[in-house]
Amino acid sequence: MSALGILTNANLNGGQKLAVKYFTVAIALFGAQVLFGLLAGIQYLNPDFLFGILDFSVNRMLHINAMVVWLLFGFIGSVYWLLEDESGVPVAGLALGNLIFWIFTLAVVVVVLVYLLVQVGPGELKSIWLINEGREYIEAPRWADIGIVVCVLAFFYNVAATFMKGKFTGIAGVLVLDLIALAGLYLAGMYYTPNISMDQHWWWWVIHLWVEATWEVLVGCLMAYGLIKTMGVRRKIVETWLYIEVALMFGSGILGLGHHYFWIGTPEYWFTIGGFFSALEPIPLVAMVVHAVFDAGHHKLKSTNNPALAWIIAQAFGNFFGAGVWGFMHTLPQINLYTHGTQWTASHGHLAFFGAYATMVIAFLYIALQKWRGGVYMSSNLAGAWKWKWAIFLLHLGMIAMVMGLLIAGYEQSQIERAIEGSTWMGYFTAQAHPWFVQGMFWRQIGGWVFAAGFVLLAWDLMTIGKRETRPALVHSEAEGT
Amino acid sequence: MAQEIWWASPSFWRKSAIWVTGLSFVILIFLTFDTVKQITAGSPRVPAYSVINKRIDYVFNTERNFQVPVIGQDEPLFGKMLTEEEAEALVSHGKLTTQAKNCMNCHTLLGNGSYYAPDLTKSWLDPSWGSKEAREQGMVDFLMNPQDRLHNALGRKMPNLGITEDEAKATVAFLKWMSSIDTNGFPANFKPIDQADAPVAAAPATAEPAPEVSAAPAQQ
Repeated sequence: MSALGILTNANLNGGQKLAVKYFTVAIALFGAQVLFGLLAGIQYLNPDFLFGILDFSVNRMLHINAMVVWLLFGFIGSVYWLLEDESGVPVAGLALGNLIFWIFTLAVVVVVLVYLLVQVGPGELKSIWLINEGREYIEAPRWADIGIVVCVLAFFYNVAATFMKGKFTGIAGVLVLDLIALAGLYLAGMYYTPNISMDQHWWWWVIHLWVEATWEVLVGCLMAYGLIKTMGVRRKIVETWLYIEVALMFGSGILGLGHHYFWIGTPEYWFTIGGFFSALEPIPLVAMVVHAVFDAGHHKLKSTNNPALAWIIAQAFGNFFGAGVWGFMHTLPQINLYTHGTQWTASHGHLAFFGAYATMVIAFLYIALQKWRGGVYMSSNLAGAWKWKWAIFLLHLGMIAMVMGLLIAGYEQSQIERAIEGSTWMGYFTAQAHPWFVQGMFWRQIGGWVFAAGFVLLAWDLMTIGKRETRPALVHSEAEGT
Repeated sequence: MAQEIWWASPSFWRKSAIWVTGLSFVILIFLTFDTVKQITAGSPRVPAYSVINKRIDYVFNTERNFQVPVIGQDEPLFGKMLTEEEAEALVSHGKLTTQAKNCMNCHTLLGNGSYYAPDLTKSWLDPSWGSKEAREQGMVDFLMNPQDRLHNALGRKMPNLGITEDEAKATVAFLKWMSSIDTNGFPANFKPIDQADAPVAAAPATAEPAPEVSAAPAQQ
């Protein structure tokens, strides 16, 4: 280890050197997500803004695709971060991992440039292969889909082979099985059919079973490792909780898929199955809150890395409110008939993706930076701590403002457009012009600017935290268990 | 050390996680087989593509207590009866056009997508197209040149996406077919365009430009 406070790769093991590359791209793409979100938000208030140059559809596609990719990069980075530490051996195929990183990053750059410069193509299969698949969240053209599967398989090999070589812990077991599902499910989205019902049926296998099942279990693994690292929680406790979470998460989430099968042509029995199981989906999220808060309280909030712990706690609550409460509010078919496809969904999407996933990746960025700077002190009375505190505050304030603005717009839309006007085009525009909707979108935009300020502060803090710190990181006395 | 209680032991929860996951997945697979059968084109819930040769309406069904698509008399799209293969090719071209033009990042289809523009699930039946006679050509004209047609008080417009006439017609075919899908009453309380008094098998509208007023869904 080199001197404290100096950012150098000499402080990292092989997997971690690769992890910080993923983290660097992740934070840049997070910035892109914020930028294109701001542009799309402005277009709600001023439709002529960039009309015909960067239309809403392009900005919105970049906004959600940047999100998916930065979170994936963040997850992959986080797993590489813990891989050698957890398994006790070097990464099995580090050279392959590095090669895949560069291929993946280059592919992302090409896809983004095509989105920006080509935007749309003729109504032929070649457009889907080369430009844009036109399916929400998985717009990436088919060549990139194949690339993503290859990258994820190489990543899976590295994770599985490393754990096979070294210690196969409980976290490792869950992680390996989860990654198989993650890679396999993506294949369900890689085909073309003229039948939109069939299309959306399989599309939800990717979107739902990623976001509401495999990603949740992945962050469960990350939280388990994060709690061991930041507070020295006993492994047996976090792993038992992890199994409970997996049982509850998959037990509710797999058949909870049915809440997307109410209105796309699928049979009526999904009302009962989807309604029932999706109503159970908040339960594992409650378990995660109890777990994190109990552990934090048990350790009297004394951690070796305060910013990381703050973001882990933010994750527990953000996941519960964003995915759990906001999801439950409109998941039963009796209300979903009116809320489906309104800003209500956007409100839920914003809080859930931020609360459940962005928070956990940010926690890992702080865990990584601590070691990257030579195991520097990051507990209380840290110099310049105002930056991470204000960043977490502004990001949450901006997010809550966005979520509430979108929710009010969604309430109004589901009442006026859906319930009263019956979803005709006239009904749609009547609702869009209503002052409650317009005010909601205005406050959403204000929230967006506050969030952007929080992002800038976060990026600044990540670049500087621990820079002039000379104290070493605390060692938790309970690391070996009490 | 105290005896470990079974419900707090990692091995109990590990086994539970495996069993619960496995069981849920097996149930999902069984349901998927049935669902896929029920949503294959040509089934009662998702009609064959040649349904675009027929009149499609959206009528309240007292037994199910919501609106359902009703397939009526012959009413060929653009005045031309198509075989099943021709209809599938046309609808497929339309579907590809909606994907290549990224429609879903402004509109919703079956309620999924983005919320910047109206839902397209029943757009074929939308009263804003004016009359049933003007609808087909009106939709084609709108798709090809939407950028100058202000159709709401917000100033929100659809950009010109370079949609050709063939693509526009195919898109209309796709939208007509989509309106025939049984969506369990979504959207609720929809007020469809009046098709009741239209003449059977109306003359082809392709050669006649529709009046400007019907060329875009007019709100004001």
